[in-house]
Amino acid sequence: MEKRFYTMAPEENRDKLTEIARLIRIDILKMLNRAGSGHTGGSLSAVEILTALYFSRMRYDPKRPRWEDRDRFILSKGHAAPALYATLARAGYFPREELMSLRKLGSRLQGHPDMKTTPGVEVSTGSLGQGLSMANGMALAARLDGKKSRVYVLMGDGEQQEGQIWEAAMTSSHYKIDNLCGFVDRNGLQIDGPTKEIMDIDPLVNKWKAFGWHVSAIDGHSFTEIFSALDEAETVKRMPSIIIASTVKGKGVSIFENKVKYHGVAPTDEELKIALSELGEGD
Amino acid sequence: MRRHSLAEIEFKKYLGTRDVYGDTLALLGEKYHDIVVLDADLSGSTKTSVFAKKFPSRFFNMGVSEQDLMGTAAGFAAGGKIPFASTFAIFATGKAWEQIRQSIAYPSLNVKIVATHGGITVGEDGGSHQTTEDISLMRILPTMTVVVPADGIETRKALEAIVLHKGPVYMRLSRLKFPVIFDDSYAFRIGKGSIVREGRDVTVFACGYMLAPALRAREMLRENGVQAQVVNISTIKPIDEDLILSCAKVTQSIVTAEEHSIIGGLGSAVAEVISEKHPVPLRRIGVRDRFGTSGSAEELVQYFGLTPEAIAKAALEVIHMKQNTSGSESR
Repeated sequence: MEKRFYTMAPEENRDKLTEIARLIRIDILKMLNRAGSGHTGGSLSAVEILTALYFSRMRYDPKRPRWEDRDRFILSKGHAAPALYATLARAGYFPREELMSLRKLGSRLQGHPDMKTTPGVEVSTGSLGQGLSMANGMALAARLDGKKSRVYVLMGDGEQQEGQIWEAAMTSSHYKIDNLCGFVDRNGLQIDGPTKEIMDIDPLVNKWKAFGWHVSAIDGHSFTEIFSALDEAETVKRMPSIIIASTVKGKGVSIFENKVKYHGVAPTDEELKIALSELGEGD
Repeated sequence: MRRHSLAEIEFKKYLGTRDVYGDTLALLGEKYHDIVVLDADLSGSTKTSVFAKKFPSRFFNMGVSEQDLMGTAAGFAAGGKIPFASTFAIFATGKAWEQIRQSIAYPSLNVKIVATHGGITVGEDGGSHQTTEDISLMRILPTMTVVVPADGIETRKALEAIVLHKGPVYMRLSRLKFPVIFDDSYAFRIGKGSIVREGRDVTVFACGYMLAPALRAREMLRENGVQAQVVNISTIKPIDEDLILSCAKVTQSIVTAEEHSIIGGLGSAVAEVISEKHPVPLRRIGVRDRFGTSGSAEELVQYFGLTPEAIAKAALEVIHMKQNTSGSESR
């Protein structure tokens, strides 16, 4: 039985994770380019978070995706599906070749996460604002069953504008869901422009604190800070935890970084070439 | 055609479908340990409070938060539980429609949405609280099963059935007490309607509140020498096509009756089957594309024409249409 459970990271593990993140970025860009559509910026900004969780924190078994003692990850910002798929493939849930079928008719890799077709996808998402509620339900179910499972949920910053997020935030606090840890991929941009201009979500840290959460604010691309925040979250009892991760939309490729344009656009062949020249060889 | 024994239709006994829900859910909770129940600050009205009292650790009040209610229920289902999610029908199917669609129906999660206060008999609270749309809103969703029980006995049996059914279910209950029509020998099955009274001149397909008025209409029609067949269609989706067609082939004229808009509910569902497979004259009794309004339930059913008189009148009309288009088809 192949379960993944890494202890906390010594230096060489950081290098390994950095390399995994680089390879995941390459897979994301290749699959998006092949698909011809999809969400580049928000997939790239989430890579370190996903890498940290799947390669150095979560307990799971890719051969038994429904192993009842597993930790669970919910991608509430469902449009970052390419990042999740690249991570799941590398973690062993399905062959990496399948990544090239993204968004094709009949593919197991739907445009937004589909729990019915993709091994490793816990719930179907895509319509923003719904993942935290589902994470609460899963965390409470695990608690009722006496499981030690932790539930992680990754939200977007534009997604903070959805009212249902705050309904769910109240629930997490009211029911003291301490086996839940959320992330906000705070890359500062949404579709029509910077979040500050479209609908300012600040003061975000204060909002989550006011809703009864334990909050940390980190650099979302620093493994050191990610693990430090995750460790802290594990010590917090009777309160849910959230990690507000400041990130760069399009992180890793100079032509995509911080550009509103690349929210929902896939790299062209030219753009892919430039990206790969910066990221290096894949595997 | 299915046969079963019936209680005498003198409407002596009344049962609240939501009261039956509350009691039955608490009993089911004993038998099925994976049942959890969620509500949105209406558990006193929906009667999930009965389960809550008995199994407090398995009851989750979400407060006035219907979208979160449905999303959390979805999470419970994904976590292996059998969640029952309750609130008023307008809020369940209206405010949380998209959450039901995306988080429950699309992934086909095993959530049982049991909503009370369907229809205009909600009464004095008025139009904001009276849903004439809920059956339509749920019926349009792939993977959703839609059940509208006609009395307390059927409610209990339907609940027992939906616990075992794998997949999303919407069940619509009432604020009111309904006359008891079925007895304990009634065998409810999801997807199967039942002939409550035989007749060869016209078929009245009814659901929920309107089954009792349909039976009264039958008595009125009998005085006119018309034998009306009364059929309970309690599963709106998947609808019992075979039964609908076998009735239509005999009576060749149909009236549908529901406490719902004539758009998109039982009437539309029956019309869809009939128009494609056995076109016969059909009239829909229901709310005619209007919002509700404040009033007593008794006044409102008169006001919106959800009465035995309206059903009987429509029956005579379709019989007349049938006779006017007579040729080799009519009887």
